[in-house]
Amino acid sequence: MSDIVAPTATMAGPLDVAGTLALVQEALPDAKPVSAGPTDYLEVAPDQLIEALQVLRDQGGCDLLSSITCTDYLSYQGRARAKDGPRFEVVYHLYSTAQGGDCVVLHVPVDDGEPLPTATPVYPGANLQEREVWDLYGLVFEGHPNLRRILLWDGFEGHPMRKDWHEAYYEEDQKPFRSRHPRADFARSEDKVPWGKNTRYPADWDPDDWQEPVTYVPVSQDPRHRNGTGDHLSTESVVVNLGPHHPSTHGVFRMVVRIEGETVIALEPDMGYLHRNHEKIGERNTWLMNMPFTDRLDYINSMSNNWGYALAVEKLMGLEVPERAEYLRVIMAELSRIVNHLWSIGFILNDLGALQTPALYAIEEREMILDLFESVSGARMMCNYLRFGGVHRDLPAGWAERARYVAHERLPRALDQLDDLLSGNEIVNTRGRGVGYLSAEQLISLSVTGPMIRAAGVPYDIRRCEPYGVYDRFDFDIPTLPHSDVYDRYYIRLLEARESVRIVQQALAGLPEGDILAGKGGYVFRPPEGEAYGRVEGPKGELGFYLVSDGKPNPYRYHIRAPSYINLNALAPMTVGYKVADAIVILGAIDIVLGEVDR
Amino acid sequence: MFGTGLLKGLGVTFKHLVDTYKDDMQSTPARYQGSDDRGKGLKVIDQPVDQEGLLTIQYPEERRLLPERFRYIPMLIWDTETDEERCTACGICAKVCPPQCIWITRATDEAGKPVTRPQDFFIDATICMSCNYCVEFCPFDAIKMDHDAELASFERFPHLVYDKGELTVPLDYYAALWPTQYAEEQERRAQEAAEARAKEEAKAARATTKAVKKEEEEAPAPEAKLSRAEELKQKAMERARQRRAAQG
Repeated sequence: MSDIVAPTATMAGPLDVAGTLALVQEALPDAKPVSAGPTDYLEVAPDQLIEALQVLRDQGGCDLLSSITCTDYLSYQGRARAKDGPRFEVVYHLYSTAQGGDCVVLHVPVDDGEPLPTATPVYPGANLQEREVWDLYGLVFEGHPNLRRILLWDGFEGHPMRKDWHEAYYEEDQKPFRSRHPRADFARSEDKVPWGKNTRYPADWDPDDWQEPVTYVPVSQDPRHRNGTGDHLSTESVVVNLGPHHPSTHGVFRMVVRIEGETVIALEPDMGYLHRNHEKIGERNTWLMNMPFTDRLDYINSMSNNWGYALAVEKLMGLEVPERAEYLRVIMAELSRIVNHLWSIGFILNDLGALQTPALYAIEEREMILDLFESVSGARMMCNYLRFGGVHRDLPAGWAERARYVAHERLPRALDQLDDLLSGNEIVNTRGRGVGYLSAEQLISLSVTGPMIRAAGVPYDIRRCEPYGVYDRFDFDIPTLPHSDVYDRYYIRLLEARESVRIVQQALAGLPEGDILAGKGGYVFRPPEGEAYGRVEGPKGELGFYLVSDGKPNPYRYHIRAPSYINLNALAPMTVGYKVADAIVILGAIDIVLGEVDR
Repeated sequence: MFGTGLLKGLGVTFKHLVDTYKDDMQSTPARYQGSDDRGKGLKVIDQPVDQEGLLTIQYPEERRLLPERFRYIPMLIWDTETDEERCTACGICAKVCPPQCIWITRATDEAGKPVTRPQDFFIDATICMSCNYCVEFCPFDAIKMDHDAELASFERFPHLVYDKGELTVPLDYYAALWPTQYAEEQERRAQEAAEARAKEEAKAARATTKAVKKEEEEAPAPEAKLSRAEELKQKAMERARQRRAAQG
């Protein structure tokens, strides 16, 4: 029952990508335009990177640095690249939140050991992603404020995403492994390596001596903090570990906070407890094998994850999707958005101290939606429903009627009831209003996407600003709220769930007959050489898949731009200055899933 | 106003209570209608989509009716019609398996030549991600998804690494679990068999006419075949020579 709902603002028009790239070229004549499959990008030397980013931000209007990642071209087998070029390429994807449209891509080729400048002064949101590149590839970003490992721990030897790094139970570079058929000489990993001998430490590193330094939690990030030089009391700050685990158990996550009294004066997120190097697994897999693995990223929204990956591969292969499949995708993705937002609302309440009851009440309707998922795909959560060029199966008999009942009767009623119950609630209001404020500009510069920036008044939604699938055919609004606090982040999810209900209703009414899968099907795919970045508006923000193909049956590079992970950029700036109890709910309102954060 | 949130919350709980109470007052509560009573308090419940009040299912006494497409761990089909297993050990399932949890040994005959039957077929249930690819891409309808999800055991090995004996189920079991898909499949298989038979007959007919013709012409067929093989061999040798020359 919030009072203010800003109507959907219209976009200024899609970003002129070619024009923006020309701007950079004008400023930096050395930048080399390259075309790789469906993507055109600019190759920029490391020492010109900052200038290029400044031009893009200040003149090109690209205010959102969406993704930073890296590719190791050591064992690239395609023909399109020179063999003797630099080994690594750091890739930057930039968007405009005001104009929408496609992305501007920069590549920075660097050799092993060659440093490159950090992008954090231009885009503070580069923070976590540059740390990830350092952790997994071992590239040094000079000037980065806190370049430590992030997903792995200090006792980890090597940088695992490098193509020449092999894990303890390494078998082969690419699946299918030869040991499985026709003569199964397969041995279990446990039998290959004796217990305790499968851990390697860096050369000059001893696990017994090691103590995790806490100096990386700065004495203060809070401008108002005076550290004990107040008028009447001299106080001292202490470092407290919230987690691993507690921060209301969104998963195994740790916040290392420096507090003074109850006030958080500095905070460092610590993650990676669930890290499994999903991307390395993805490069071992064939293209199709990755589909069920994407289910396990944000395990609440397997349908949207599938879609992001399918979209990127379809871009690479130039596949058209039949209309019925597009509609089915929309229905499934929007249903899973409703599931996600119900969960998220329930968990925000959980974090406010209303333990379990509102959460369980909020997910009652989720059961009905999961039943629908199960009867169409065979699984409630790990759906693995989408394929390249369509979906796996058509609807079973009676499915559409049940879905219609859920979408027209149950969901609107449940959302109304939640609204009635929670939005006016005193505790939600007192604990939520004005807590965790960060301005829209700050959020965008920290690369935050999804409901978080829409709760700060930015109508940036990929379904509207770079429509994919058939989203341009439906009548729905992009709700925004102005206050950018925990309350608005709660309420925006309710509003978005309502819009999703509208989309599901329209999609079910307009569901056409026809094919559900284009292309030849089969299990071997060899997308032509090139790279593609496919993104969908996931329930938690922009979910992007950056893929590089060298024309082989396995992806050469498979990177996930995980919204949960990148939104954590904003955690420290949002929390500093508030109380410890607020830190929990501020984290809850970001809505993270650790399967996606840690990958 | 202070306290309204509390009252509203209690109101929701009370409404749930009343709905459930009303449901329980019927001779068969709505949530049990259409459910299958297996005796001894065991029920398999098919909850209607418009169920109000209590939605909880009291597992393990009560279970949910699983939809036909529910997938868990694969099973191998023993074709009771032909009385043999359908699997031909082609290895497609092992190739498409994302976690690579299937491994197969192909059987051999007395002479040591591989035959199209699996000697052994393993699935590591602890690694299986229930993705359905093995089923989706099996060209012989030989591997299907089982609904049995209660696999807990104290040891991983060997209890959860299933061998061929543990995986194999008769066709009827599959037909009972997946009635719709089974019916579609049977129809398709019958059609395919009919087509294959028609092709075979046509081929046989062609062969007989050819044989008659050949007899009339009295051509030395075996010799012609030999020369054809000789010709291929010559070509292969030639290619090999060229390759060697190119490599220098």
